[in-house]
Amino acid sequence: MPLILNEEQEMLRDSARGFLDEKAPVAALRKLRDANDPDGFSRDLWKEMAEMGWAGIIVDEGYGGSGFGFVGAGVLAEEMGRTLTASPYLSSSILAATALKKLGNDAQRQENLPKIAAGELLYALAVDEGAKHGPAKTAMAAEKHGNGFKLSGDKTFVADGHVADKIIVAARTAGSPGERKGLTLFLVDSKSNGIEVERTQMVDSRNAARIKFDGVEATGDDILGEVDGGFGALEGVLNAGRAGLAAEMSGASQAAFKMTVDYLKERKQFGTEIGTFQALQHRAAHLYSEIEIAKSAVLKALQELDDNYGIAGAVCSLAKAKVGEVAKLASQEAVQMHGGIGMTDEYDIGFYMKRIRVAQEMFGDPAFHADRIAQLRGY
Amino acid sequence: MSDLEAFRKEVRAWLEENCPKEMRDAGAGGEDSICWGGKRWTFESEAQKIWLGRMAEKGWTVPSWPKEYGGGGLSKEEVKILKAEMRAIKARSPLESFGIWMLGPALLKYGTHEQKAHFLPPIARGEIRWCQGYSEPNAGSDLASLQCKCEDKGDHWLINGQKVWTSYADEADWIFVLVRTDPKATKHTGISFILVNMEQDGVSTKPIKLISGKSPFCETFFDDATVPKEHAPGVSAIVGELNKGWDVAKYLLTHEREMIGGGGSASLIAARSPGEIAAQKTGLDAGGRLDDSMLRAKIAQADVDGWAFMLTMERMKDEAKAGQGTGANSSMLKYYGTELNKRRYELMMDAGGSDELEWEGERTKDGKLARGWLRTKANSIEGGTSEVQLNIIAKRILELPGA
Repeated sequence: MPLILNEEQEMLRDSARGFLDEKAPVAALRKLRDANDPDGFSRDLWKEMAEMGWAGIIVDEGYGGSGFGFVGAGVLAEEMGRTLTASPYLSSSILAATALKKLGNDAQRQENLPKIAAGELLYALAVDEGAKHGPAKTAMAAEKHGNGFKLSGDKTFVADGHVADKIIVAARTAGSPGERKGLTLFLVDSKSNGIEVERTQMVDSRNAARIKFDGVEATGDDILGEVDGGFGALEGVLNAGRAGLAAEMSGASQAAFKMTVDYLKERKQFGTEIGTFQALQHRAAHLYSEIEIAKSAVLKALQELDDNYGIAGAVCSLAKAKVGEVAKLASQEAVQMHGGIGMTDEYDIGFYMKRIRVAQEMFGDPAFHADRIAQLRGY
Repeated sequence: MSDLEAFRKEVRAWLEENCPKEMRDAGAGGEDSICWGGKRWTFESEAQKIWLGRMAEKGWTVPSWPKEYGGGGLSKEEVKILKAEMRAIKARSPLESFGIWMLGPALLKYGTHEQKAHFLPPIARGEIRWCQGYSEPNAGSDLASLQCKCEDKGDHWLINGQKVWTSYADEADWIFVLVRTDPKATKHTGISFILVNMEQDGVSTKPIKLISGKSPFCETFFDDATVPKEHAPGVSAIVGELNKGWDVAKYLLTHEREMIGGGGSASLIAARSPGEIAAQKTGLDAGGRLDDSMLRAKIAQADVDGWAFMLTMERMKDEAKAGQGTGANSSMLKYYGTELNKRRYELMMDAGGSDELEWEGERTKDGKLARGWLRTKANSIEGGTSEVQLNIIAKRILELPGA
């Protein structure tokens, strides 16, 4: 498959860009933050996005989705990254939809996919328990209890966990932390007894929850995929999330870069536009190169998820590793080249740095993913 | 789709039958094991000769060129399949040359039918080796300020001047040269692109020894060199229009940048990886990771960048095919690819430690890696320095003021 967007995907991108520029610019995120909005995103906007088919972007048409696949999902994520749009898109439309689509049985799909596509219910994925990502480190226990299980443990950094109606959670039905075997995924109702959700407002003005599970009951029907064999399945879902985050960071990098280049062209110092200085030109040109290199990795990861889902892990790691570094550079250079104004809250560029920092950490930082690639290459 | 699958089967079967066993070692020998062709070429083995002959007969030394000019007439999809199948059996490239990378594409775009028919087939068969006469002692990065003079003497051209950094000129048969045909015109408009036989009187060349101990580069002198207006009936010595050689030069430079940026025949994929060398030299711990964790982290990062860079070359090709993208991106590829190549070689030297510092001796095959490492230092200078590429990006892509 050629490494470019097809016509349909380009149209999706163009319409998304127009919509987001109008309805969800950075100013919208600023407003949510300043108002200390209880949800941290606009439910009205989410409804509109669902009506356009975005919430069900990878959900098949039979379940009420728009069936665009992962490249389409990434195109939207990238555009949302440009405007720093806050929404439960990553959690519900990419992570949960992927989990249900790939792991759910008939009943689970029938029950959940149409609700995801309609934006009716919100979903979150709870994996990490410590400050650094590591699915194999999962300690949360799922103990046999009658015909079902009791889940106990703490999860952290759960994106949109504070608003989720349902939570997909990784727990240990066997083995010990550090082992890949013995993980199982459960889909539980967030209102279940024993669940305590603490909303945390992150540096990027978005939300990620800390969730305590204290003897939460789950039945066999709540299991997503295989008992004990959930690690590989979870990796698949995480890969989709990683590629989605990479796409979002790529969009954010491009937007921050554009703001910076525009600024270099207009800001005058020493009697001339600062963009005439070769020291800045070369840094900008280097950054341009990095952003272009990163874009390729993102598109390839999304295409692989569509074409070879089972073996897309390596290239998804590539995308997350490469874009993580590039986005960090893009945001740092953006602030630096803007000079003093770049440090002010009034100016938007700082919002990019903050969002990128969070997206870079989520589901594995660049070092985590470079390590994965190194292991795959045998060193 | 089924056509392509059928093609794949056919290619696979043909390669299986025709690629000699000794030629299934791509990456092992790097640039040195590749045939560069030309009258002075001596084949390192019978197998190398047979391999070139068979591939040339199929037109697969230049698979995308039209059949009438010695190519294979393959579509891009077919070329991709051919390369993939060659990679699968680690087949060596049968032939590489500046004729294939640079002059060929330029002739295909700017040449007349007569020029193509005369010059391209010998390039495809590896019979004539070409070199490039671009840079001059005072016109390196600022190429357009070149002064090499070419005068119209009625029935012939008269060339006087000097070229420098003419890669492999001492092994080449012909040279494509940028000359000034109108000294009164502005910098970019008085230049022509001319083809010169190096065996003729008035052309001489001398190698420049580099820090790698080798001499891939030469100085080439033109002292009253007379070049016929036509090399054969209807085959003009000048490519493109008179005084408009800069267009040809620029087009060719984009190919050169891509070639250097992509590592040419010794591509980043084919080359031994720093991770492999380090695993061999320092060993792995119980978890299968390199003992040297600092080195491992650096290698992993370079691998991430290398892989993403390869994908970018693929994306740029696909964009170009779809009529998207910008030609100026060849500067980006050149800049990024050469800097990356330097990083990778630095890491290979780090991984190899003192073993790879042996300049002469059996163990390091006469300092092969060390020489390769030193050679990469030229990558970010030749074909326009990294700084020049950054200037081009700033000017043409970012449109920064005063750039």
